[in-house]
Amino acid sequence: MSLPAFAELLERLVFTPGRAGKLALLRGWFAGQPDPDRGIGLAALAGELVLRTAKPALLRELVAARTDPTLFALSYDYVGDLAETIALLWPEAAGPARPAPRLAEVVAALEAAPRAEIPGLIAGWLDALDAGGRLALIKLVTGGLRVGAAGRLARLALAAWAGVEVAAIEEVWHGVAPPYEALFRWLEGRGPRPDPAGAPVFRPLMLAHPLEEREAAALDPAEWCAEWKWDGIRVQLTGGPGGARLWSRSGEDISAAFPEIVAATGFHAVLDGELLVVRGAEVAPFSELQQRLNRKSVTPRLQREFPVAVRLYDLLFEGEEDLRPRPFAERRARLEAWFARNRPARMELSPLIPFGSMEELARLRAEARAAAIEGLMLKRRDSAYLAGRVKGLWWKWKRDPLTLDCVLMYAQRGHGKRSSFYSDYTFGVWKEGELVPVGKAYSGYTDEELLWLDRWIREHTVARFGPVREVEKALVLEVAFDAAQRSSRHKSGFALRFPRIARIRRDKPAAEADGIEAVAALVAEAGAAPA
Amino acid sequence: MPPHPDTWLRVTEAGLYCEPGGFFVDPLRAVERAVITHAHSDHARPGHAHVLATAETLALMRERLGEERAGRAQQALRYGEALTVNGVRLWLRPAGHVLGSAQVCLEWRGARAVVSGDYKRRPDPTCPPFEPERCDVFVTEATFALPVFRHPPAEQEIARLLRSVALFPERTHVIGCYALGKAQRLIALLRAAGWDRPIPLHGALARLCALYERLGVPLGPLPPATVAEKEKLAGAIVLAPPAAIADRWARRLAEPLPCLASGWMRVRQRARQGGVELPLVISDHADWPELLATCEEVQAPEVWITHGREEALIHALAQRGIHGRALHLVGRGEEEGE
Repeated sequence: MSLPAFAELLERLVFTPGRAGKLALLRGWFAGQPDPDRGIGLAALAGELVLRTAKPALLRELVAARTDPTLFALSYDYVGDLAETIALLWPEAAGPARPAPRLAEVVAALEAAPRAEIPGLIAGWLDALDAGGRLALIKLVTGGLRVGAAGRLARLALAAWAGVEVAAIEEVWHGVAPPYEALFRWLEGRGPRPDPAGAPVFRPLMLAHPLEEREAAALDPAEWCAEWKWDGIRVQLTGGPGGARLWSRSGEDISAAFPEIVAATGFHAVLDGELLVVRGAEVAPFSELQQRLNRKSVTPRLQREFPVAVRLYDLLFEGEEDLRPRPFAERRARLEAWFARNRPARMELSPLIPFGSMEELARLRAEARAAAIEGLMLKRRDSAYLAGRVKGLWWKWKRDPLTLDCVLMYAQRGHGKRSSFYSDYTFGVWKEGELVPVGKAYSGYTDEELLWLDRWIREHTVARFGPVREVEKALVLEVAFDAAQRSSRHKSGFALRFPRIARIRRDKPAAEADGIEAVAALVAEAGAAPA
Repeated sequence: MPPHPDTWLRVTEAGLYCEPGGFFVDPLRAVERAVITHAHSDHARPGHAHVLATAETLALMRERLGEERAGRAQQALRYGEALTVNGVRLWLRPAGHVLGSAQVCLEWRGARAVVSGDYKRRPDPTCPPFEPERCDVFVTEATFALPVFRHPPAEQEIARLLRSVALFPERTHVIGCYALGKAQRLIALLRAAGWDRPIPLHGALARLCALYERLGVPLGPLPPATVAEKEKLAGAIVLAPPAAIADRWARRLAEPLPCLASGWMRVRQRARQGGVELPLVISDHADWPELLATCEEVQAPEVWITHGREEALIHALAQRGIHGRALHLVGRGEEEGE
């Protein structure tokens, strides 16, 4: 009965907003399902299941042969989604139900069957399933499986279920393949750790803790190296006999979206760096890099318009030699020497920033205004490269946030523990006598402030749209954010990076909140980034 | 030749009116004489002078509307017991919708019409099952009259709920449901599935559950879901009106996992409105196959449709040689239940 069980898992994942809830659902799946079905389900959720897919038009033909066209049209009109309409409408045979197919059976049959037999196979499975199972099957065979469980979440759930660090799973993940039986054997203590051998694998990244101003003053400058914190995406590059790969911070393989970087990885090494859009000596703001993110492939035009490069931070492996246990200062020297010898295209060193005192460093941080710089990174000279966020070794010292006084416009209820609280806020600034929304925030406030805001919103509601309330334009919120960017996708013409509620300004009349020109003044200049 | 029902059963502004009998069925505003199919508020309105219904429906109306507004004179009629009103023979048959729900069967000079009210054909431990009555005109609802609406067995949905409770044992599963019928059916289904723990209730559900018990439907322990008992609410299944499950009332619950029991939950887009995390497809209305099977079973050449998705039902009835007609009765809930 694994396909109905998989359908139930999918359904629950779609309706469960919280991460903790999704993790619990996935743990239940790994614990309760047999091999190879649980591994196939894992692959499907992690986006690693490659199936010969059927076209939606085929499903439409199948259902058309079994239903009245008028009733189909009325149903489709009501439901609004083709896959769901077909799943709900598919006629159920009277009499004893046939056994539902197993997930593994569906995948194997799709692999092996001649093309002409596919429609009959799919129809047979649909006959044996209930509505939930039919929807899951249709999504599976049309390649339309989209749930909020990306690979990282699935691996976190695997780690929690098996009681191991997620880093341990990430290290072997790219050396195992669906249905992951060797991986499950290892996690259940029934087999050896899968050996990725020559295959390129992702090594979990070392992360930094945020640093406060007063903590910074206490650091001994002699013990620390400083470099810019670039506002791109953190990546890992692996090159070797098994091929080259580009990984995201969470271990997703993003090689296909950045073929020019992979093409430049003709060496045998593992590098840590920041992926950025770079034109000549100028680093473009994050919003330009966004044009290249979350794509399965890339067009030559996009490659031309948004040229990417990697600023290198660290050298993890040189050839087969694992440098991660070595101190940062030594790795940095190895990186510089390696870079001088290899000079790979589309890569450059992220420079170290010389400084004599913490005051001097604080001044450099305060003066850095370029859009591509988020702040500073401080790395202890003697720090080994360790997976995850280890306290006291690496610090990120972000620039002071920018702030704007905005007016609360709409509020929406949250989920889980916040499900009864209006905790998501849309706020705006003045433009020609009217408020235009500039962003949404759902963090930054204390529990007491949340209670107060929730009460204020209920008492000042002027309209309701489903879960959203429009409020009187009377409350000023001081909103903190990392950067302001121009954006054609937002009505106001601007987008804010990481906005959060800094303070509730009960003292300030709404009419005195900021105007759109204040946002424009905070948009950082592109370029001018120290190389 | 018996008179066609459309000559003596008419749609008026106040609702369906039996002219020779001088009474309305489920009138939309206060009238002199009303026959009431069941106690949901879109069928049982306040202020009628004379009300005829099953004893259970009358008791539920008194509980909800108060003694004064539930009809100045109330007359109870047992299922199957016939009465003649100004020459019109009148009797009631179970509709299987909620406790006390009845179809109103009318016969005038050899012509027979059945006004079914709301009904379902699934077994329901809290009320007697629907009994088909052969007739010339069958008056039906069409709440779920699209072939996409096929309710799964309710037991299967309860099993899904209990699996979720096992997976999230520290959270409160709070089920949004209407106070009359759905709440009691859910409780009875849970009891039948072996859930014998107390089922804490939102205050709005307590009185009708107590009345169901007095009318002979055992429901087991149903404590109030009060703030004082907060620690007992972790891991519990709690019932509340749909509007309460994501609002301030729910703050007393332990990381509430909002569920909603309704036939509408069959369609994802409907289920996703309002933050439901576990949609349960449990309905007290007939689904598409039940509607069609019932219309065929009563052998009526003509079916009148009070409210809902008439177009699809008329189309499907025509293919079966049955003439369908939309009455466009206003004031009937688009929402299921009440």
